[in-house]
Amino acid sequence: MRSVIDILDLSTQEIDDLIRTACDIIDNPEVYLEACRHKKLATLFFEPSTRTRLSFEAAMYELGGNVLSVSSGASSSAAKGESVADTAKTVSCYADIIAMRHPNEGAPYVASLNASVPVINAGDGGHNHPTQTLADLLTIYREKGRFDHLTIGFCGDLKFGRTVHSLINALSRYEGNRFVLISPEELKLPSYVKKDVLARKGLEYTQTTSLTEFMPELDILYMTRVQKERFFNEEEYLRLKDSYILEPKKLETAKQDLAIMHPLPRVNEISVAVDSDPRACYFKQVLNGKYMRMALILMLLKEAGK
Amino acid sequence: MNIDSIQNGVVIDHITAGRGMRIYTLLGLDELDCSVALIKNAVSSKMGKKDILKIDAEIPISLDVIGYVDPGATVNIIQDGKLAEKRSIEKPARLVNVIRCKNPRCISMVEQELDQVFLLTDRASETYRCLYCEAKAPENG
Repeated sequence: MRSVIDILDLSTQEIDDLIRTACDIIDNPEVYLEACRHKKLATLFFEPSTRTRLSFEAAMYELGGNVLSVSSGASSSAAKGESVADTAKTVSCYADIIAMRHPNEGAPYVASLNASVPVINAGDGGHNHPTQTLADLLTIYREKGRFDHLTIGFCGDLKFGRTVHSLINALSRYEGNRFVLISPEELKLPSYVKKDVLARKGLEYTQTTSLTEFMPELDILYMTRVQKERFFNEEEYLRLKDSYILEPKKLETAKQDLAIMHPLPRVNEISVAVDSDPRACYFKQVLNGKYMRMALILMLLKEAGK
Repeated sequence: MNIDSIQNGVVIDHITAGRGMRIYTLLGLDELDCSVALIKNAVSSKMGKKDILKIDAEIPISLDVIGYVDPGATVNIIQDGKLAEKRSIEKPARLVNVIRCKNPRCISMVEQELDQVFLLTDRASETYRCLYCEAKAPENG
């Protein structure tokens, strides 16, 4: 049974197909109103999440399907000690497809090994979150019309940010992309990502601690939150935190067609004043996430039905 | 130092000096009833120093464990005091239930009866990663 646990489970051809389907859903929503009629999505969320769970559920409802929902580990049989494997086998008896978020890394993969229906990883700890990457890719496609020959700046917590690693992985499969990695020393991109992904594919990247230094060159600026708990030293955090807040002044040298992205939720890393800038795309990203989840659910149910 | 040669058993030779104890532990040789000799820092013309393990019983040996710790080692099967078979060793592509993941957030820490699986993700740097969470294998797993 085909599942999607990691963004690399999808070929570039499949990602292109999903983008095409998502764009068609956007243009012709009425065609898809009954596409998943009588189908059930189980959203198994063993840790709190609002936006991802609602996005999956909205996606299934807009396809005419139904949703079975577990919204916290405490209210599920997992609290009684049931294994992920048993949960997956049991839920497969009720639902046609599963979206799982779990605090333990690799749990959706274990679920996929045991389920008889497709499993979508909706986030496993700090590990993978492929549907966020799909949302990011649709946003890039709709803003830029391509995935190659782009200069992409990633800013903030590049060490622990799973969305950053996943998007770098996805974009590294396309030609001519250049990465500008903007972070404090403490939160630099891990060397295994630089070595295993960027260096192995011969992709160009630049590391900097300045948000503004390479601003004029960027086609995309992907912001993430610098979290206080990641620092050993509060003084260092206080010294650095404001350097990575995006404000209108810092955008003065940016391209007119820059796309500003953020996986959300934001705290203070993008000033609210930036929201009205036409280059701000982060709320479009949320909407794009729903369309890509619709496309993915359709693809996996279609394959499962074969 | 002299250790008697064995009649029927296994000799793991050419172990990089210092890695013999790790192989001894991962193979669970401490649980055997037969004679087992671990010779550390034996003189070697090729290697300078090497470790050797001699097991005085015909037992199945996991080549994956030896390949994981030291692919340069050699495994000799001894029968009637003579070399009966020489087994070649290489880094295994997949390690099952040899080492444990140390990532506290990994599902393998909590899921019942889940095999501990590591994959060789980079042969050049000999990097193994957990199948479930992709954490790097612990140095002394």
